[in-house]
Amino acid sequence: MTMTTKPTKAPSRFQRFSDSFLWYSFKRDRTAQLCLAVFICLVVAAFAAPLIAPTDPYDLRQIDILASELPPFWIDGTDERYILGTDAQGRDLWSIVLYGTRVSLLIGFGAVILQALLGVTFGLMAGYLGGRVDAFFMRLADIQLSFSTLMVAIVVGAVVKATMGSSFYSQYAVLMLVLIIGLAEWPQYARTVRASVLAEKNKEYVDAARVMGLRSKRIMFRHVLPNTLSPIFVISTVQIANAIISEAALSFLGLGMPETHPSLGSLIKAGFDYIQSGSWWITLIPGAVLVVLVLSINLLGDWLRDVMNPRLYKG
Amino acid sequence: MALLEVSQLDVRFALRQGEVKAIRDVSFTLERGERLGIVGESGAGKSVAAFSLLNLIAKPGFIAGGSITFEGQTLNTMSERGLRKIRGNRISMIFQDPMMTLNPVLSIGEQMVECLKAHRRISSKEARTIALDKLRQVQIPSPEKRLDQYPHELSGGMRQRIIIAIALLLDPDIIIADEPTTALDVTIQAEIMALLLDLCEQHNVGLILITHDLGVVSQVTQRMLVMYAGRVIEQGPTREIINDPQHPYTQGLINALPQMATPGEKLNQIRGSMPSLSNLPSGCAFHPRCDFIKRADGQTRPACIEQVPGFVQAGNCQVACHMVAELMEDRRLKEESQ
Amino acid sequence: MSTQTSAMAANHIPTENVDTAQPLLQIRDLKKRFSLSGDFLDQLRFKGGKLIRHQEHVHAINGVNLEINRGEALCVVGESGCGKSTVARTVMGLLSPSEGEIHYDGQRIDHLSSRQLLPYRKRMQMIFQNPYASLNPRMTIQQTLEEPLRLHHPNWNRQQIADKVKDVMGSVGIDPDWGKRFGHEFSGGQRQRIAIARALAVDPEFIVADEPISALDVSIQAQVLNLLMEAQNARNLTYLFITHDLAVVEHFGTRVAVMYLGTVCEIATTATLFAKPRHPYTQALLSSIPRLEDDRPQHIRLKGEVPTPVNLPSGCVFHGRCPYANARCIQEIPQLQMQDDGTRVACHAVEEGRL
Repeated sequence: MTMTTKPTKAPSRFQRFSDSFLWYSFKRDRTAQLCLAVFICLVVAAFAAPLIAPTDPYDLRQIDILASELPPFWIDGTDERYILGTDAQGRDLWSIVLYGTRVSLLIGFGAVILQALLGVTFGLMAGYLGGRVDAFFMRLADIQLSFSTLMVAIVVGAVVKATMGSSFYSQYAVLMLVLIIGLAEWPQYARTVRASVLAEKNKEYVDAARVMGLRSKRIMFRHVLPNTLSPIFVISTVQIANAIISEAALSFLGLGMPETHPSLGSLIKAGFDYIQSGSWWITLIPGAVLVVLVLSINLLGDWLRDVMNPRLYKG
Repeated sequence: MALLEVSQLDVRFALRQGEVKAIRDVSFTLERGERLGIVGESGAGKSVAAFSLLNLIAKPGFIAGGSITFEGQTLNTMSERGLRKIRGNRISMIFQDPMMTLNPVLSIGEQMVECLKAHRRISSKEARTIALDKLRQVQIPSPEKRLDQYPHELSGGMRQRIIIAIALLLDPDIIIADEPTTALDVTIQAEIMALLLDLCEQHNVGLILITHDLGVVSQVTQRMLVMYAGRVIEQGPTREIINDPQHPYTQGLINALPQMATPGEKLNQIRGSMPSLSNLPSGCAFHPRCDFIKRADGQTRPACIEQVPGFVQAGNCQVACHMVAELMEDRRLKEESQ
Repeated sequence: MSTQTSAMAANHIPTENVDTAQPLLQIRDLKKRFSLSGDFLDQLRFKGGKLIRHQEHVHAINGVNLEINRGEALCVVGESGCGKSTVARTVMGLLSPSEGEIHYDGQRIDHLSSRQLLPYRKRMQMIFQNPYASLNPRMTIQQTLEEPLRLHHPNWNRQQIADKVKDVMGSVGIDPDWGKRFGHEFSGGQRQRIAIARALAVDPEFIVADEPISALDVSIQAQVLNLLMEAQNARNLTYLFITHDLAVVEHFGTRVAVMYLGTVCEIATTATLFAKPRHPYTQALLSSIPRLEDDRPQHIRLKGEVPTPVNLPSGCVFHGRCPYANARCIQEIPQLQMQDDGTRVACHAVEEGRL
């Protein structure tokens, strides 16, 4: 037997990525490029808020109550210090939107990480082990899904507020929201992961791993999980957008972030009371930021789903 | 003039790596009632050749050159409307997977009647009678019952019989069968092949059989083409090629069959594997795997690496190989000097 | 390459105190049923005013007895749905038998836990049908081949494992420099070589090969078949070779077992089976191989098609398609019976001398 093909150097990770279909289709998709740019700008701006924001809205000493409800720069009667105007408490809108976006993103990412941890583990176990484990986790998921996120949040929020007091609640609001949204939506992950595990586990490489004598845990995490990553990525984008929206909705209902530490949702709520009095910018500007943020994530998710659709593209 | 004439057919696929030439320079003819086999391994372009005959190549593939002439009409430039009159009617196709042709939500009878009424002006009742008759011809047990059954209620062998019945429905001139029995079991495969052969002979239908199975080709066809990496490398009467293959690839393919070796001994393998179409070797595409690129004196034949071989006549066969060309030339010179 | 193979053979230490008389693997009355009826709630049916529990099974294997001797290649042939792959997967412990026993080297293994099976995993390995699915797409070749070594030789150091991987890659004709690549960068034949390397890495003595060449091209089939035979000679391997291709069996097998609908209908040495097939099904199967010599197919036509294994036919499972079936065949299940030349056939017609 002779070697027929000459070995060449195995491509590096970077080379593999630049040869990949993902990169190829990204280079050709203007929407995806624009969305990624917008998304990165928002994330960078939000997390660099302490550096780029002209004022610290959490610092009460920097707030000038007399300068409240000032309009943005393109309208007459503005103050040069406040480019996007100020809100009802006299906080600089530009600063508070930056900080608010940071809170929203933090909750969104945090909740999704929690969802993914729970959902992927449960889904993997349900799909791979099957039988009673499968039945238990999937029924649990069904029960969980029959309560809406908002309902769970309202109940949990009310219980925590009643038992621990509302100052405790506002102190740990970010953590509470991450927990509530994270716990409420893990079944989405679990179902997606389980479905793709069921497809993967019948493939021969899993049988080969079993024949080798590997333990179930290693087969699940080393062999099956890496092959279910594509749908996990796709669903993650949608879930981040959903989590941000959920948080905004909760905050809008007054169950989320307190006004002293506002997220985009609580900013919209706070400004909503002033929309009748002509100060529309207090609610519309954070609203617009929320729309742009969620839209760019969703469009990125759409693109990712098209690229990673195993029926359109294998690999 | 031949019933079907394919000349210098060139099919390409526009992929992101650039244009890939799926088949190049494929020419053959088919007479009325003749059975032609196209043999090759996966990636040789045999299915692309078959699909392009009826202009069924899906995007990003396209016919880049050459012509396909059926009864004097050029098919590759014909309108979709004109092609529809020929597809299924004059030339029909049988696929490897019967479910590609059968619609799972329509009964067998409905599908057959629909197909008949699309091409002929007849009543449903007449169409049903014809359908029943065709089902009898393919020797399906209790054909009346089958008409009202759905594809999923039938076994694989039965479905493939139905497909043959549908292919014969409009009394076509040519049937193109793409690996018609590959998905079936050996005993069923033998029966379906025998049936197809009998029906083609009875009705004087031409058959283009695409397969990787040399045994099937040798049993069913009269002439054959051997394809490698998108080109025809040998064509001629089936018996002659099977008994005395000229091209080193055809030789290797036949000699690699387990039945050609003594049980327990090493099989005569061809080294390496078929090159990918996007990265073809220079010259003869087979040269990296060929044992004959060296002359008897041990020197490498440069033409094999530099030049794409043209066809030479060897007996009744045409072979695209520099080695064979040289042999023929030597023989001719010897004859002349005598 | 050849020096490497012989070096490997020298390294390969045969098991001590080999009892040559005892078969390496024994399968006794193996049965495997798969439930079609889902869970308990799905099984409940309302019939005649009463709730009853209704279960349906696919009878994949119905009482198979096989022995595999050391150093031989036992081929199991049959058409799809005859249970040949189920036999392979049950032997390897991928499925647990519904009834019956599997003995490996005198020890019963079918009821062992996966931890207890671990020492046997080193001795018996499997090669799968589809080389496009049997390599983990997210692992490099190096990782794929190192994994079994790490598991079965926990005390080996990095260098020993790397050397062994290199060795085994060389022995299947894959350049060791390709280790950093992923499975999808190889052709089907090369992938199957890698899958064979993975099975050989732990130096097994017994290999179950489930249709290892049927997904490959003709010219590649010969390469892989040669590789399997080379490995058998160099390492004194025993094979259980599952295939539907009789031409391969004739070339490769020491003995052949022909299966039909979950039962073995004939076992014989390869030469005997091809020279003198006894069972009517074997005869039909042999006659349907397309041979290069024939101008026209001359096969024995069987009536109908293979019945579903859900409702098995009574008596001999082949009686519905058999040209020689009589009343006894419909009622009584034939048992494998020894003939004068050592062939065992399960057929009433052969027993009665009607055939």
